[in-house]
Amino acid sequence: MELKPLHILNARLIDGDAPRPGSLLAMDGRIAAIDPTEVPEGIEAVDAKGQWLAPGIIDLGVFATDKPAFHFGGITRAALMPDSGPLDGAGLVERAAKGGKPDLWVHPLAAATKGLEGKELAEIGLMKQAGARAVATGRARIADAGVMRRVLAYAASLGLVTIVHAEDEGLTAGAVATDGEMATRLGLASAPAIAEAIAIARDLCLAEEVGAPIHFRQVTTARGLDLIRAAKAKGLPVTCGITPAHLFLSDTAIGDFRTFARLSPPLRSEDDRHACLSAIADGTIDVLASGHDPRGPEDKRLPFAEAQPGMAGAETLLAMGLQLVRDGHIGAARLFDLLAANPARLLGLEAGRIEPGLEADLILIDEGTPWQVDAKKMAAWAGNTPFDGMPVQGRATMLWKGGQRIR
Amino acid sequence: MTSATTRPASDYPPGGDAFRHRHLIGIAQLTPWEISYVLDAAEEWVEMNRGGAAKHDGRLAGLTIINAFFENSTRTLLSFEIAGKRLGADVVNMHAAQSSVKKGETLIDTAMTLNAMRADAIVIRHASSGAVQLIADKVDCPVLNAGDGRHEHPTQALLDALTIRRRLGKVEGLTIAICGDVLHSRVARSNILALTLLGNEVRVVAPPTLIPPAMERMHVTTFTDMDEGLRDADVVMMLRLQNERMDGAYLPSAREYHALYGLTPKRLEKAKPDAIVMHPGPMNRGVEIDSSVADHPTRSTITEQVEMGVAVRMACLDILTRRKRGVPGWN
Repeated sequence: MELKPLHILNARLIDGDAPRPGSLLAMDGRIAAIDPTEVPEGIEAVDAKGQWLAPGIIDLGVFATDKPAFHFGGITRAALMPDSGPLDGAGLVERAAKGGKPDLWVHPLAAATKGLEGKELAEIGLMKQAGARAVATGRARIADAGVMRRVLAYAASLGLVTIVHAEDEGLTAGAVATDGEMATRLGLASAPAIAEAIAIARDLCLAEEVGAPIHFRQVTTARGLDLIRAAKAKGLPVTCGITPAHLFLSDTAIGDFRTFARLSPPLRSEDDRHACLSAIADGTIDVLASGHDPRGPEDKRLPFAEAQPGMAGAETLLAMGLQLVRDGHIGAARLFDLLAANPARLLGLEAGRIEPGLEADLILIDEGTPWQVDAKKMAAWAGNTPFDGMPVQGRATMLWKGGQRIR
Repeated sequence: MTSATTRPASDYPPGGDAFRHRHLIGIAQLTPWEISYVLDAAEEWVEMNRGGAAKHDGRLAGLTIINAFFENSTRTLLSFEIAGKRLGADVVNMHAAQSSVKKGETLIDTAMTLNAMRADAIVIRHASSGAVQLIADKVDCPVLNAGDGRHEHPTQALLDALTIRRRLGKVEGLTIAICGDVLHSRVARSNILALTLLGNEVRVVAPPTLIPPAMERMHVTTFTDMDEGLRDADVVMMLRLQNERMDGAYLPSAREYHALYGLTPKRLEKAKPDAIVMHPGPMNRGVEIDSSVADHPTRSTITEQVEMGVAVRMACLDILTRRKRGVPGWN
């Protein structure tokens, strides 16, 4: 099918420091020109009516290919965690990559070890040939430092970043919350927050030693962020991410045993939450992701410790990100670095920015529209959002994947 | 004889305002005067229970109480059963530890089943913190927490408070040392909440591996040296140490625990001369407590605690079913 050129007019472009009035021309699925002086005759024109035109969100590290949720949330690309499957072979990666066709890009993350068991190297090279753009350790870290060292070196030699989970398994064994007043009052098994920093310290040492790029999918504590900050200052190829949950919620959200607030890593103290907000403002954090992990009542309508961790985050990612802008923590340009440009760079994608030559993955955003998060009315296949009931602002109104209108 | 500390009914708000809860999930939801109200009500049942051969009051006649115990228990189950029967209710025990729950039925499904049987009150024990709250949110009748995970065991704290009040004449301004496996203990959590709420100085005495995090936020002081922790205490409250804690993960051995944290006659000397010794049972004699202390005729309150348990549970069942029974002022 011939792809028609696309002309978006009267938009406010997110391609610089602040949203600015402009227009965009896309041809053959790519961005052809910004503020084009002349456009081909008779092509499809979209009047953005002053809405923001931003790159489609690239959601780094989701646990399900949940298209309705991604489309609602303005997500055009999802990097799929290797846990379901697990994605530890070329055939599985190839099939997962096709799981988004035709209206969503899915980028499978290759399991670092066979069966994600943390023991033997998986066929990372063959998975790369099958389309994997990064390696991941899955929901847990690799306990054995020797194995982790080999994974980092091997992935680096293939030009792939290793995406890791940072929690020390000895300290967190059996824990479902972070040490603190809330866990003690609720009688929940908890682990000290330093379980994260300990894991980060080990992996930073290993990554530095073998000269490998490493991405910590979620860093959620002051101590952990200090380590990342110091490593970056040293010039190491280290990046890290976070989800809105750890920026907007602390462990008080698990009061009344709310299993929708049971996350991995668990929600932290208010002090750590503030440290996360500082780190997103000062550039220590590189990626804002949804951690999308829809869980039905069979996983969530249980006593807290028996419930599975995870949240349906895809639909709220953009609105919570816009809240960071409204609250003055970051500017609009930085928000889309976190949501699109930085994930694209980590995955080696020609996308993630409003720039000629890149894939025309675009979203229009009505940044002011108020709406209320409602767990019962989610597009995701489960409504396990820790933001249930929260009034938010802003949503994607139109979405293009490779120049093709999806919504 | 009722205790001198019982207040006249006129001291409390009228009717249902004296105890404004549909369920008894934890001490955390209660006010000091609600605790006092339950204790005063229990005093009456202590009198009746002691009053001769016929121990029966028919006020719950025709009501069905289900004791749903998802975790094994002997004494708490028996105590609730006796309490219900003495009030005239039809009491049914469900030993869920060996029922359909084992076959994969979810807790919510079980709760809906119990609800459909039109119970008038459900007493629940469950191994998981928060499980009782989860069920209470799904059923139409009052739910009483008989212990959920490490979270709360409110009737235990109430019976302990009643025991202290009867023995020492008050349950405020006292120094109370809670000793042992506080980390895994719902009894400790409920007692810390109740006893601090009532205005006592509460100490936690335990090996560092068995002290929960952020204890200072619970308004208690912690001691790892037992002799120091017991100094001048009015009440020494021992906790049961589960056998599985002594396998090396939390403690090196039972004998080391006894050497450092066992309540021996010598150690008890650190407390006040008339200090009482409490234990929720069942005891590990020779581990956390010596037999000579446990069986001490004047200082040990262990059997009295069991007695108070029945009275407190009668009071709770009575109070929580008043709305259903249409007691004037309770709607």
